[in-house]
Amino acid sequence: MSSATTLSWFARHELRLAWREWLAMMTGGRRRRTRVALIGLAVFAALMHLPAWAVIGRYAALEAPLDRTSLIVVTATVFLAWALMLSQAIESVTRVFYARADLDLIMSSPARLANIFSIRIAAIALTVTAMALLLSTPFVDVLVISGGVRWFAAFGVVAAVGLSAAAFAIAITIVLFRLIGPARTRLMAQILAAIIGAGFVIALQIAAILSYGTLSRFAVLTSDAAAAYAPDSNSLLWWPARALLGDGEALLLLLSVALVLLGAVMTIFSPRFADTAVSASAHAATSRRSNQARTFRGGSRQQALRRKEFRLLGRDPWLVSQTLMQLLYLVPPALFLWRSFSDSSTALVLITPMIVMAAGQLAGGLAWLTISGEDAADLVATAPLSPSRVIGAKIEVVLISICVLFTPLVGALAILAPLQAAVTAFAVMIAAGSATAIQLWFRVQAKRSQFRRRQTSSRIATFAEAFSSIGWAATSALVLMAPIAAIVTALMTIGIIATTWKLSPARE
Amino acid sequence: MLATIHRAETSSVHVQRGKSKLDDMFMNRPTSALQLQGLTKRFDRLAVDALDLTVHAGEFYALVGPNGAGKTTTLRMVAGLLKPDAGSVDVFGIDALTDPVAAKQVMAWVSDEPMIYDKLTPFEYLEFVAGLWGIDPGVSQSCAHTLLVSLGLEPHLNERCEGFSKGMRQKVALAGALVHDPRLIILDEPLTGLDAVSARHVKGLLGERVRAGCTIIMTTHILEVAERMADRIGVIASGRLVAEGTLAELRQQNGKDTSLEDLFIALVERKAEAA
Repeated sequence: MSSATTLSWFARHELRLAWREWLAMMTGGRRRRTRVALIGLAVFAALMHLPAWAVIGRYAALEAPLDRTSLIVVTATVFLAWALMLSQAIESVTRVFYARADLDLIMSSPARLANIFSIRIAAIALTVTAMALLLSTPFVDVLVISGGVRWFAAFGVVAAVGLSAAAFAIAITIVLFRLIGPARTRLMAQILAAIIGAGFVIALQIAAILSYGTLSRFAVLTSDAAAAYAPDSNSLLWWPARALLGDGEALLLLLSVALVLLGAVMTIFSPRFADTAVSASAHAATSRRSNQARTFRGGSRQQALRRKEFRLLGRDPWLVSQTLMQLLYLVPPALFLWRSFSDSSTALVLITPMIVMAAGQLAGGLAWLTISGEDAADLVATAPLSPSRVIGAKIEVVLISICVLFTPLVGALAILAPLQAAVTAFAVMIAAGSATAIQLWFRVQAKRSQFRRRQTSSRIATFAEAFSSIGWAATSALVLMAPIAAIVTALMTIGIIATTWKLSPARE
Repeated sequence: MLATIHRAETSSVHVQRGKSKLDDMFMNRPTSALQLQGLTKRFDRLAVDALDLTVHAGEFYALVGPNGAGKTTTLRMVAGLLKPDAGSVDVFGIDALTDPVAAKQVMAWVSDEPMIYDKLTPFEYLEFVAGLWGIDPGVSQSCAHTLLVSLGLEPHLNERCEGFSKGMRQKVALAGALVHDPRLIILDEPLTGLDAVSARHVKGLLGERVRAGCTIIMTTHILEVAERMADRIGVIASGRLVAEGTLAELRQQNGKDTSLEDLFIALVERKAEAA
């Protein structure tokens, strides 16, 4: 087989693997669900046109040349998309390094490894770009329908952004391997992905709070100061915005830069990709040492279970990165809280739904990890402990964790606004309890490592968990602003939870 | 040297415990450790077909059979991991179907796919298991240390299990099964993935437990292990017990003076022909 044939064959193999991984994620690994999943996805994409219309429809009339403020807003939006894709790409690259089980086969084959890994890097870039194109389609469609075919250029910008984000992600991950070694790279990459994804928005919010006393992230972008410091309209910085508006020259340049970046990464890092991947897989064969053995602790059987759960949660890289992300999202409201200390601003109320939402989301993840993600299910099932006591201990772990994480925030709020703090505390517990109950009704037996795919086991549970958190967040805000309306949203949220319970397999 | 001393200590401790346990068993308790009557389980097909089986207290019982014969399903029902469609499971006089918690208190289960926690060290894992079974920490800690040492895991006591080989994970799971000193140990292919040295360690450890009065029921594909270790052997095919007895009795039943492997093949083929 010629080299070219080998490469095209391997490219097909990589794309097939990527397609099947994606399909398995959509269908929860059940092949019979493929058609349902594809139809569901098509319906979801169609429905997404409505929010896309609401968010972006009014910008369809934008035409070049743009004023500086518009240029700043459009460029910042493209940069935000790039940051989110970079975050996603770092996740994908780490997954390929740590999870692919075909390294021995590839490395023992007579194929040239640099070529093979170039293809793998390209496949990662393509996967990230394809996902970005898919997600951006409703938004671009809205722009094309309302503003004309020139908006098709947006697809080109998304592709360029996706390819360059993938290139950066590969470079960052390999550099991390070199700098801190495979043992720490996984956790660090997850933390980086979380920070990069959320960082830009949070930074804008923090700047807005400190400069203008508002939580709006657009405050800085649309400010006179930003316009004054921005470069001329023919600066290279605005080429993504120009490309987005249909400037062919700018689009070509953008795509060329992205492809050159990816090519450079493939040339520089392909030969090292093999070493890095091997280091990652070799890391699995070495273990991290914990502290010296302590004495066994006594207590009840439930205490033993709770201790184990806390220990595992504390050592979970996903949880560490997610908690960090949740806390990052809470930095702007906390800062706002501090800024508003001497103020009696009603905007302070906004903090409550953010805290409640974060608590609901985190509780859902924690509940899945403790209830469904039981790695030694047989051991726990054969222990002399009734299932209800096992579940009880696990629920306690979730609620205690939420209490520990959110008490400082609610405590700080209590100094400023005791009533709001009481409402927040109550809503946090209700949101956490609801998310935990949903995870309990839809529990499955799974490995903790399958956490990333937990959404695929039940779409109903995923949506119910999200809507319940949103519902309780909205209710908590309305209790403080319009109590009558809060009754309506509370009833709606209870309705969602009751319907979820009705549909849950645990009820059968 | 240290390992040898520890092994000797464990052995004597267990023998003493075993003596009192044996006295207790034979004086006041039923002599059958496990009694299955009409045990039935159906998935797409009949996996276990009205199985009757008795394992005596203090006995090492090997359950052998071809793939898909119903061995693992039977043991999973005994361990309380599967609910039978019909029949009864009696563990030391306790009805395991009506009082599973009491039955589980005296049992331990080890599967061929050891399920342990990647992020715990072997020591932490055993602490958790001992806590689940409500064992006094003072007793379980020294027992855990002795077990881990005797299984050759001393250098890895404080390493997280995430990097362990399948054999090492199997040893951790086995130590977990033994740390609460169960009266009935149910093992599903316990030697899978173990190297020769480890397999010998495990066999030695199991032998010690039986001598100390513990009852073991084990499935295995390695007939040599069943032949060498088991007091009695049950041959299961298509969910039914097709032959049972000591090796000598099985040979006598078949009228041949051959190895267990030949007997096993003859029995299974006969069952297949009859079906």
